[in-house]
Amino acid sequence: MSARATTPAFDAFDDVSLRMSTKLAGFLRTLRDNGFAVGLSEGQDAAALMAAGYAARPPLLRSAFKHLFSARKSDWDKFDGLFDAFWLGKRVRARSSVTGSARAANTPSLKGLQDAQSERAGSPIATDQVPSSDDAPQGGGSEGRMEGASRAENLTEVDFRKLADPDALEQAHAAAARLARAMRTRLTRRDLLRRRGKRLDLRRTIHRNISHGGVPITLVTRRRKDKPLRLVILLDASGSMSMYTAVFLRFIHGVLDEFREAEAFLFHTRLAYVSDAMKEKDAARALDRLSIMAQGAGGGTRIGESLKTFNRWHAARAIHSRTCVMIVSDGYETGDAALLGREMAALAKRCRRIAWLNPMMAWDGYAPEAKGIKAALPFVDLYAPANTLKSLTALEPYLARL
Amino acid sequence: MKSRDEIATSLAACGYIADGELATAVALMQMLKRPLLLEGEAGVGKTEVAKALACVHGAELIRLQCYEGLDQSAALYEWNYQRQLLAIEAHRGHADSIEDRIFSEKYLLERPLLAAIRRDKSPVLLIDEIDRADDEFEAFLLELLSDFQVSIPELGTIRATTIPHVVLTSNGTRELSDALRRRCLYHYVDYPDVDREARIILAKVDGADASLALQIARMVEGIRKEELRKMPGVAETLDWAAALVGLDVRDLHDAPDVVHETLMCLLKTHEDRARVKPEVTARLLGRVA
Repeated sequence: MSARATTPAFDAFDDVSLRMSTKLAGFLRTLRDNGFAVGLSEGQDAAALMAAGYAARPPLLRSAFKHLFSARKSDWDKFDGLFDAFWLGKRVRARSSVTGSARAANTPSLKGLQDAQSERAGSPIATDQVPSSDDAPQGGGSEGRMEGASRAENLTEVDFRKLADPDALEQAHAAAARLARAMRTRLTRRDLLRRRGKRLDLRRTIHRNISHGGVPITLVTRRRKDKPLRLVILLDASGSMSMYTAVFLRFIHGVLDEFREAEAFLFHTRLAYVSDAMKEKDAARALDRLSIMAQGAGGGTRIGESLKTFNRWHAARAIHSRTCVMIVSDGYETGDAALLGREMAALAKRCRRIAWLNPMMAWDGYAPEAKGIKAALPFVDLYAPANTLKSLTALEPYLARL
Repeated sequence: MKSRDEIATSLAACGYIADGELATAVALMQMLKRPLLLEGEAGVGKTEVAKALACVHGAELIRLQCYEGLDQSAALYEWNYQRQLLAIEAHRGHADSIEDRIFSEKYLLERPLLAAIRRDKSPVLLIDEIDRADDEFEAFLLELLSDFQVSIPELGTIRATTIPHVVLTSNGTRELSDALRRRCLYHYVDYPDVDREARIILAKVDGADASLALQIARMVEGIRKEELRKMPGVAETLDWAAALVGLDVRDLHDAPDVVHETLMCLLKTHEDRARVKPEVTARLLGRVA
């Protein structure tokens, strides 16, 4: 392979290659600072690439490094900027002036190298600005998460609508996202343990019994893998719910991020499919996109009609035999309550469980008097408040039993 | 081994209109002996890359389609139990000699992964939709891709005679492990730009001329910018172009009705179909020069 074949040549001008590799090491550090997973073998391959002549042509080198070092779409997108800042930032002209031959470009003048040295010393500062803007929320976030964990304990019993100051809100959000994540892991683990064989696997049985001369003594059954639990969340984004919408949006974002099987819809006067918008990794951006969707046309909540839309157009795809539909709403129906009842009945036939989370339920003196909630309640399997983190956590064992 | 420019040329000769960077990726695959991980939306032509690669190298394409529950016996090898049993029955009484015989090559069923490392000439191994396979399978695959050897307890270790060119594709339904990502070269396949899409149409659809291809490509680009559930991929574009050519449309502006009716080739959900109303089609058509 040419990577090997070029090694002698690589040794021949080892002085240059040494300097190049110093520079390369600096670049690798910049990449690691920016969250790239770069290991030793990538570094070796990169050195081989540079020695193989890629170093002479910056655009080619950039493209080659991009393939080598990127591991996901986000890396892919930010790589060009990092590369240009590090390798081409100040030295674009110097490079083009020595492109007489490939060797010449590989052998930068001393001054060029000094520039490179100073740039190397300087570059972490220059490029640090990228990670600092990029990393700070991340690093700070992880710290904040730890803090949040301890402080969130105090917050677990505070009603979401009473969370006034932004810090507390932010923590509640983070905790909701974390909770969604935790629910996912536990649910899947239980899943695996509950597998049980029902059907006979003929092929395996024959295999296992070859030692008995093919007489099927030990039977092998096939374990039908359980379908993973799927969560479909319908979130009421109407005005009466506005105090809770943000926290639940964050919760949904966490759930969609972590559940392989989850779909989310928003409704107010009509139903909107939001899973795709929610799959944005960056929570803040996802929430931005959603807040636009969450603005209803006109006032009121048409739960019945929204459910009708759901049943008609989305249910077949979104619901399978192990689906829990979670409706988060206060049940103040401004449309036809009878329609809501009918649609709830239709929905109940389709899915395994319907959980209705009503944050108002925990309010002092609340009784399910609203027409809407009265019509819907007969079809609801779990009717729970979800106004605090604690009550949200309480849902988890229920979901795990499904 | 081919240089990058040669690869770009031969990719084009194989009928694959590559974007600039793919040729680099292919050159690196050869040079560094790393697998290539392709990510991108459904329908941007990830699988086509592997086919084109096989064509460039003049190699066989071995495809492993991943699915949930894919295991070693479907991906790597399996003993041919039925034949083994027959052999046992036929040689009843010669227990000593039969054991060696039934665990020999003759009774081994090759599955794609084993096949890929036992060819005389390096094949292209396409591991399609790796995100659909389970985590455990991913870990197993990682081991195979770094050692290129397989141990079969009854037969011993089988070393690769050739290292295959490995292409993995993922649709992002599940996050892949960092270890696998690091092992691979990464290439993100995006929707082609107008120019490239037009060239793809020209290359793949008989009877499409350059101006129609360009119009179709612009129209599709416009449709991709609408808020849709499912964005049309390249395959859909080709279907649509073939439909228009088949219906004898020479210029999109001549037949706005046909254009609107044939959009079913591009829009595959009821919601999207309902969203792109005749007015929307007309508006998009207006932007197509």
